Parts: sequence; C-alpha cells; structure tokens
Amino acid sequence: MKSPRTVAIAGLAAVAMVGALAACTAGGGDDSGKTELRVATFPPGADEAAYTAFAEQEKQFEKENPDIDIIGVEYEWEGPTFAVQLAGGSLPDVFTVPFTDSKTLLENGQLMDVTDEIDELGYTDSFNPILLEEVTDSEGRMFGFPRQAYAMGLHYNRTLFEEAGLDPDNPPTTWDEIREAAKTISEKTGKAGFMEMTQNNTGGWQLAAATVARGGSIQEDNGDGTYTSTIANDGTKAALEFLQALRWEDDSLGSNMLLDWGTINQEFAAGNIGMYSSGSDVYTALVRDFSLNPDDYGLTVVPVEDGGGTLGGGDIAVVSPTVDEETKAAAVTWIDWYYMQKLLDEDAAVLDAKTLAESDQAVGTPVLPVLDRETYEESLTWIEPYINVPRDQMTPFIEGVWDQTPMGEPKGKTQEIYALLDTVVQAVLTDRNADIDALLEKADVDAQALLDQ
Amino acid sequence: MTMTRASDAAAEPAATAAPPPDSPPSPMVRTRTRTRSPRTWVRGGGLSTLVFLAPMLFVFGFFSWSPIVQSVIMSLQKTNLLDAPTWVGLDNFANVLADPLLGTAVLNTLYFAALALVFGFPLPIIMAVLMSEVRRGKGFYSALAYLPVVVPPVVAVLLWKVFFDASPTGLFNTILGWVGIPAQPWLQSPATAMPSLVLEATWAAAGGSIIIYLAALLSVPPELYDAAEVDGASIWRKIWHVTLPQLRGILFIMLILQVIGTAQVFLEPFLFTSGGPNNATVTILLLIYRKAFQNSLGGDYGEATALSVMLAIVLALLSWLYFKLTERWSTS
Repeated sequence: MKSPRTVAIAGLAAVAMVGALAACTAGGGDDSGKTELRVATFPPGADEAAYTAFAEQEKQFEKENPDIDIIGVEYEWEGPTFAVQLAGGSLPDVFTVPFTDSKTLLENGQLMDVTDEIDELGYTDSFNPILLEEVTDSEGRMFGFPRQAYAMGLHYNRTLFEEAGLDPDNPPTTWDEIREAAKTISEKTGKAGFMEMTQNNTGGWQLAAATVARGGSIQEDNGDGTYTSTIANDGTKAALEFLQALRWEDDSLGSNMLLDWGTINQEFAAGNIGMYSSGSDVYTALVRDFSLNPDDYGLTVVPVEDGGGTLGGGDIAVVSPTVDEETKAAAVTWIDWYYMQKLLDEDAAVLDAKTLAESDQAVGTPVLPVLDRETYEESLTWIEPYINVPRDQMTPFIEGVWDQTPMGEPKGKTQEIYALLDTVVQAVLTDRNADIDALLEKADVDAQALLDQ
Repeated sequence: MTMTRASDAAAEPAATAAPPPDSPPSPMVRTRTRTRSPRTWVRGGGLSTLVFLAPMLFVFGFFSWSPIVQSVIMSLQKTNLLDAPTWVGLDNFANVLADPLLGTAVLNTLYFAALALVFGFPLPIIMAVLMSEVRRGKGFYSALAYLPVVVPPVVAVLLWKVFFDASPTGLFNTILGWVGIPAQPWLQSPATAMPSLVLEATWAAAGGSIIIYLAALLSVPPELYDAAEVDGASIWRKIWHVTLPQLRGILFIMLILQVIGTAQVFLEPFLFTSGGPNNATVTILLLIYRKAFQNSLGGDYGEATALSVMLAIVLALLSWLYFKLTERWSTS
C-alpha cells in the first residue's frame, strides 16, 4: 500500500494553501463598469458617528457621480509605513499627507502630479500662495490640493487655570507670562503647568515652532535646492533656555519628559497639563479620539516676539502615484467634492457642516484659510447654525491669529532634522547641566551633514 | 509508515538470500541495497514525503529565505520601493559605518547586554534552585514565576511605564520612599533609563528561563545529592559542586541565547523611550528601524538592510563560536 490517500491529502493541503495565498493578493475588479475609488476616511479608532457621517457623504457623492464607486478605507498618516504601503498597494487612491512630509514625498516621486487638474478647476490662483508652495516642486509642478491648514496655538486647561487662581479668559500673552502661569499652576494644583513634546520628531517640530515664534529659523533655503542649517541661532537658544528654566528652576513641567503628539494629547485630555503648544486644529482629535471634556478647553495664540511668526502646518489631499488615468480623474472629482467645495460653495459647506453636526462631529474648529481670509470668514457665516465647538473659549486665538505671520516649516530633510532636535530637547529636559550652546553647535554640524548628502 | 517498512523488510531477505552464505556479497548486491531507483524511492514513500515537505519548503522559502536574500540584495541598492532600485555597491555600508549614532547604538546595546548578563542571567538560576528546594506548592511558585511571560509584552511595557512614573507619587518611587530612598527619575534620565529597561526585561523574561532551569534540575541524579549529604556537604556546597556542574550545558546554551537575544533588543527601547532621553537607549535594532522607517519616508532601506546584514554577520559569528566551544566541551 503506497498510501495514495496520504499523498492525496497532502497534495490537497498544498493546493489549498497556495490557493489561499493567491486569493490574498487577488485584486477586486468591478463588473458594473463603475470606477472604483478607494479613499481615506479616518484613523483606526475613530468613533462610529464619524463613519455614519462619512456613509452619508458617500451616498451624496455617488448620487451626483453615478460612475464612481467610493470605497472608504481606514487611514492614518504614518511616515514609517507609508513607503511600504505604497509599494504594497495597500494605500487608498486618495489620502492626505502633512506639509511636513509633502516636499520629501514629491521629490521622491511618491505623489501624483495634479498640476493640470488644479489649473483646470481654476484653483491655482485662489490657493494661499504660502500653502501652494508646500506642494510645488522646483519646476513648478503641483502634487496635491492643500485642504486644511493650522497655525501653532497654545492650548490650555481652563479648569486648571481656575483652580490655580488664574483668569481663563485672559491667558498669557508673552513667554514670561507663560512661565509664571506654569509655575502657579504647578504649585497650586500639583499638575504640570506646561508640557513639551520631545519624541518621534515632535520635539524638533515644536522646537522649530518655538524658534520662529522668537524670530529665529533653523534652516535657510538657498533657493537652488540646497539648504543651510542655522540651528545655532538666538531664537532656538532662547526657546531651549525657556524650557531649561521651567524644568530645572521652576519644576513646572511635570515628571514625564518623553511625550509625542498622541501622548501629550492624552495627558491634556486627562487634565494633567496646564498648557502646551500644538496645531490649532487639534481640538477635533482631542474630542473625537481622546475624550476631552469641552468645558476644560481653551485656545490662544503662541506668543510671537522679535519679528517672529507662527509656524503653520496642515495637510494636502493627494492621489497615489500608482493609479491609472481613469482612477486619477475620479480621484480629482472626489477631492474637489469632499475637500474643496465646502471651502468655496455655500450649499456644499452647509451640507458638509449639517452632516457632520448631525453625527456630533466637531464643526468650526479654528484653522488657517487654505484660500483667502474673506472666503474663509464668509464660509463660517454659512455654517454658523451648525458650529458646535466652543469658539468663545477660543476667542484669544481666533482674534489674535490674524496679527501673526504664518511661517512654513523647514523644507530640507525635515523629519531627519526634527529627529536630531528631539535629542537636543531631551538633553535639556533630562540633564540639569546640559550645555545649550554646545548641543546646538553639534546639532548644527550634524544637520548640515544631512543637508549636504 | 510502519506498513512501508514492513514491506521493505519482507523484500530484503529475498534479495540477500540469493548468494551463498559463505561467499562475500557481490558488488551488484551491494549496489542494490545502497542506492534506490526512483521507483523504489516512490514505493518507499518518497513522493508523499516530498508532498508533505512542499508546503513547509514553500512557506520557509517564500516568507523566510527569500526576504533574507532580498535584504542582502537591497543592502547594495538605493530604493524607494516604487521606482527601479539603483545599485550603489558598498555605499550603504560606508554610510552606516560613518553614522555617528552607530557607535552610540553599539555601546548602548552592549550596555544593555552587560546589565542583562549581570542581573538578568543569574536571577532565574537562583530562583529555580530556590524553588526546587521548596517542598510544597512548587506548582504554585512555578505558575507565579511564569505569569509575566503570559502578559503580552506591549501591555507589560505600558504597565511598567506607569510604575516608572518619575514623580515622587509614582508607584516605584512611593515604594522607595517607604525605605527612605529618594525618588528616582527612572526613564526620564539618560543615566537611569537603560537600567530601568533591563529591570523590566528581566522581569518579563525570567519566568521562561526559570521553567527551563527547573526542568533541567529534575535531571540531576538524586544520588549525587545523597552522596554529598553523606559527606556532610552544606546546601551551598551542594549547589556549587553538584547542581551547577550538572547544569553546565544548559547554562551555556541559555547564555548564548541571551547574548543573541539582547543583541537584538528592540521592544523595550522602542516602546518605553523611543531611544531617548538624548539617545541613551538607542540600540542597534532601533537604529535599523529608524533608518528604514522613522526619518526617511522610504529613503534609507538600503542603509537599514546594510546594518541588518552586519548585525546578522556578527550574530552568525557568535553562533559559530558557540558551536565550536560546545563541540570542544562535549569531547573533553
């Protein structure tokens, strides 16, 4: 007996396994003649109401564009996995990337050129030129639609302000006042008066923001595709001395010096932080993903001194470079409908705000205009009945931000240089005897080496 | 399989019975008994062996060996995974060696390995020996010791992050306060961050080692202890002269495994500190991760794989050394 049955079973198992593996990689086709478009929705973990709102918008879009079949895909911008997802084909066809990374991505050929489409839609001249610059390469080609922008804001906990005997309607307006308030909060409430991001490149990001707010800059654009590192400047030094004083003289920074964007939001939403600096639009995430109590929230501008400005940021809606022409056309139609029209068209704006508000999603979070200020402010009057964020608690920011000059992020090797600066910030916050001048000199040399590569 | 063997055995006598018993076996007969024709190979179950082996060969080849080969190739290329890669020779290796952070990462990894060796290696041995001396509730203590291994590593790290709270009201600092020791910065200082990671890693890994040592202790012949006892040996002399020499083989294996494991430490520095503060906990593997993912947006896969290849070569040398040493040991 040569056990044919054994052979058959083993063969069957092998065939089944290969079949299963093949099925894993098989792409889905569409027999209905519609163009399938995979679009980014929300980060994993967003609440169900967000998906309800999206499903409603999907229906509205497909009614207007019966040839396009929208497929929502969970998506969160993750630098680490981006290239792998792109190569593996698991990225949506339409997604968003932050300005911080847009230059690197477009120089790497990882974004689709959409210059002709932007021209055709007539947006080229209406975009805020500072933002358009973020998506344009050295030859003037454009690789995405700026869809949302923010300025740096100082987020504060109104409840902690009150507990510490401070007036939450009159938040600090200078760095010295921030230091005083932080000290008072920390002494009166036992919570961290101020906190700073330090990890996963956010330390560098915030240091760059604190530098421009003090009139400095960590990098000069030579205009010919090369950059000069200027990390050892007075603004960066003053920013680090500020942190050093809070940490080692006042002890008002709390006890955790290893925080990034997510963990600092978590700490703030949990009521453990008096003040911190981050993008002005973070309120939406604080409420949606971190369960912040809206009553605690206050927002003001980051103090700007010595001719400085506020570091801006934001994200752009882009198309995957791997899609075909038909999908690209569908992608542009979606971007225009989903991201752009609500900024321009009253009906679209009202429909968007209404849909979001009905699902309890934040409407009216303060942002910087992607187009011009007049259009932005007009659009706010259209959607006024649906605004559900406590804009009165954000008044100091909403009124003050127009007096500040928005500044772009450094463009050369942005993330690598932010990573270098992470360690500088960490050194100042964890080593009492850190020599700021020496740290900056070293970081400057290392950054220039990166820029010269 | 037993059926096949029985039929083979039945066929054998017929073949060997042909020559007379007093004459030497003819070369032809020798050939027939040593090599098998494809037919006998199939009849002997070779085909089903191959079919059974195929899925495993495929899985290993596809998911394990092919990535290894590809990463060696990638270490000689520059790629963004999208466009065709370009060959850059040994540039990636040169860049990795020129990276000022490489020295820091190597030293940090050695520091972690040394701390783990000094504190993490003897602890499970001591625990296992002590537990083997316990007469009642041995199972309970084994379960207790093994419990940390059951906790998912990420959960354990998140828990320990809370324990390591550097404020005076943090868990560990409160405990230290009871015995009059001042609050420690734990993860928040370049000086104490690495020892803190080793503390958690030791806690997390000790359970598995204890179980292995306990099993090894069972294999020590009880007569040796009886003889030592008759000679009036104290408990320490018994451990020193009987237990440890008997465990020597397993101790050596565990040592090598630990050295290889600690050279690849990633989880703790990644989750606890992201390599901070001030690069005090950047390890080689974390540096590989950073090169491949964190900073580059797909620019440095070549350098990351180059560093991986270099690490793999060092670890392969270590393993070779281990085999050489154990070989000599077993013959001596």
